[in-house]
Amino acid sequence: MSRAHPEPTPQARHYDESISHVAPGGYALELRDLRKSFGKTEIIRGVNLAVRRGERVAIIGPNGAGKSTLFNLISGRFAPTSGQVLLEGQRIDGKKPYQINRLGLSRSFQITNIFPKLSVFENLRCGVLWSLGYRYTMFRFLADLDDANERAEQLMEMIRLDKKRDTLAMNLTYAEQRALEIGITIGGGAGVVLLDEPTAGMSKSETGRFIDLIREVTVGKTLLTVEHDMGVVFGLADKIAVVVYGEVIAFDTPEAVRANPQVQEAYLGSVLADQQAAGH
Amino acid sequence: MMSKTHYVFKPYNVGRWITWGLFALLLLMAPKVFTSNLSISMLAQMGIAIIACLSYNMLLGQGGMLSFGHAVYTGLGSYMAIHALLRVSEGMMNMPVSLIPIVGGLAGLVFAILFGYVTTKKAGTTFAMITLGIGELVFAMSLMFSEFFGGEAGITADRMVGDPVMGISYGPNIQVYYLIAVYTFVCVALMFAFTRTPLGRILNAVRDNPERVEFIGYNTQMVRYLAFIIAGFFAGISGGLAAIQFEIVTAEVVGPVRSGGYLLFTFLGGATFFFGPIIGGVLMVLAFVLFSEITKAWLLYLGLIFLFMVMYAPGGIASLIMMNLRVAAFGRLRELWVSYLAMAGSALVMLAGAGALIEMVYHLQLSTAMGDTVAFLGVPLDTTRADSWFGGAFVMLTGLGIFELVRRHFMRHWADIQTDIEKEIKRRETE
Repeated sequence: MSRAHPEPTPQARHYDESISHVAPGGYALELRDLRKSFGKTEIIRGVNLAVRRGERVAIIGPNGAGKSTLFNLISGRFAPTSGQVLLEGQRIDGKKPYQINRLGLSRSFQITNIFPKLSVFENLRCGVLWSLGYRYTMFRFLADLDDANERAEQLMEMIRLDKKRDTLAMNLTYAEQRALEIGITIGGGAGVVLLDEPTAGMSKSETGRFIDLIREVTVGKTLLTVEHDMGVVFGLADKIAVVVYGEVIAFDTPEAVRANPQVQEAYLGSVLADQQAAGH
Repeated sequence: MMSKTHYVFKPYNVGRWITWGLFALLLLMAPKVFTSNLSISMLAQMGIAIIACLSYNMLLGQGGMLSFGHAVYTGLGSYMAIHALLRVSEGMMNMPVSLIPIVGGLAGLVFAILFGYVTTKKAGTTFAMITLGIGELVFAMSLMFSEFFGGEAGITADRMVGDPVMGISYGPNIQVYYLIAVYTFVCVALMFAFTRTPLGRILNAVRDNPERVEFIGYNTQMVRYLAFIIAGFFAGISGGLAAIQFEIVTAEVVGPVRSGGYLLFTFLGGATFFFGPIIGGVLMVLAFVLFSEITKAWLLYLGLIFLFMVMYAPGGIASLIMMNLRVAAFGRLRELWVSYLAMAGSALVMLAGAGALIEMVYHLQLSTAMGDTVAFLGVPLDTTRADSWFGGAFVMLTGLGIFELVRRHFMRHWADIQTDIEKEIKRRETE
């Protein structure tokens, strides 16, 4: 396992000192020359990205740029062809999804990914069990696990589904299912949260409320999100990473990204024009 | 860890105590009501089948694992138990007969640890195929290694070994019944308890969406493996009890027919509810012992019933009961009884027609030496005359036609009621 880290920038060092348990480099998540090929096609072509603890990063880019693939590489769904992924300074590339999750990284999916035949409460309780130490436990009753039950109840209130406690997940509305998925994702208390198009398929008013919800439940967490709605991106993110053809062509504050001529040319100009034309 | 912020009121769950109390009472009183030797033997077999089907459903209903080889674990449990019984009677081992089923259970557990490691690597079709392969493998071995499996004659033993403990010698049927009843109660309770544990719930999650489970920290393969081992243990206990009940174990107990039986009756009983396989186990014994006495074509009827259930009630009998209870809870069941009566009537007519045809075919194939006529429901049917055949076909098709008409009407009515109930639930939620 490689322990070689670049010298942290003065700015990063300053940030590190404000946090108690400091990882080398001070980054919650770091991608180093990450590459992924499917057959002969290279989808991710050398991505470098360093996300500080507590930062909210939006990943934008045209369809097929490799945003979701990037998430799949980070979360362990696919192993990268080469390069490294570091979570709090620890290599996680090539590890299994459940191993990565146990190290404190959790994700949601673009297509709703919940437990359809379990109730809302059970969905959330499943999400918190491992992190509370109830692993493959079979000699204790769920009903007696006060901490897990309490945490699941709290989550249910946070995502505003407490009125639907015993409703089967498959009977929820689409927006409710998306909220439930966020609840499962943050339930385990992971410090780094990846949300893959959390507002996809929602109406404008739903999206607004949902972004507030995301902001609320991810307080203090490092957040990476793939998002298409530029209003959401500029409202939510501290920093934006622009991915085009498997490469990060810009990674900066929203203002700087908006002003970046390269980004304008490659992606943002056309998107903003489209969204303006569509009346956004 | 979070501290308790408020006092959680946990009432004594009266309903649950009543349910379990009634179950215990039922096990206790059943042989007082059905007193004949045959019925006591059947009751004992039901206990054995209930444990087997419930353990099977741990895989099918709770874990979404379709196994075609569950008899491997019940069967090897039986073999190890009967060998243990033999050792005890030879004086090479000292163990009360009451604990012999545990030997079966441990055997099931060990073989599940062994085979399960390969089996549970994958889910879905791959899992099903591997269980089928292992089932065939063990069955083939049972014919090869006659030392252990006893060849065609099987292994016999005498359960009356050692001195009677408190007058219990396991000579009389009734004593064996109560041994099985105790095991049944304990095993059912334990398996129910399992569904209420973290591992049990995560197993449901793995059934619903294995990929998501990987992203909340669990190794799905490990979850399946552990469930498989536990299921193997209970299967083995069921096998061990069977060894004591029958005092003989033959190769068919590990065979594919037995495995298929567990699948079929667990499904018939209902895999989606915990109590479904209990119904399945009871039906299994009724079919194997009684139904097979009534007609030679019993497997064919069984196949037909299975076919109908898969088509019209894929949730099994348990789900039929639960759906109707829900309708009853909203006070709508009364509207349906005419439809139910009509469906039952037309189904019986259809069955009578089909039965007549089936019995005539079987008669032609198997017992022409007994004459041309076969008595079906008291009606003599001459297999050489066309009118018997046409009559049978006519009755069956008429029944089928009426059944289909009534069923369509019923389905519309049923759908209306469900919509009403959904609306009512929504209304209550918003209140």
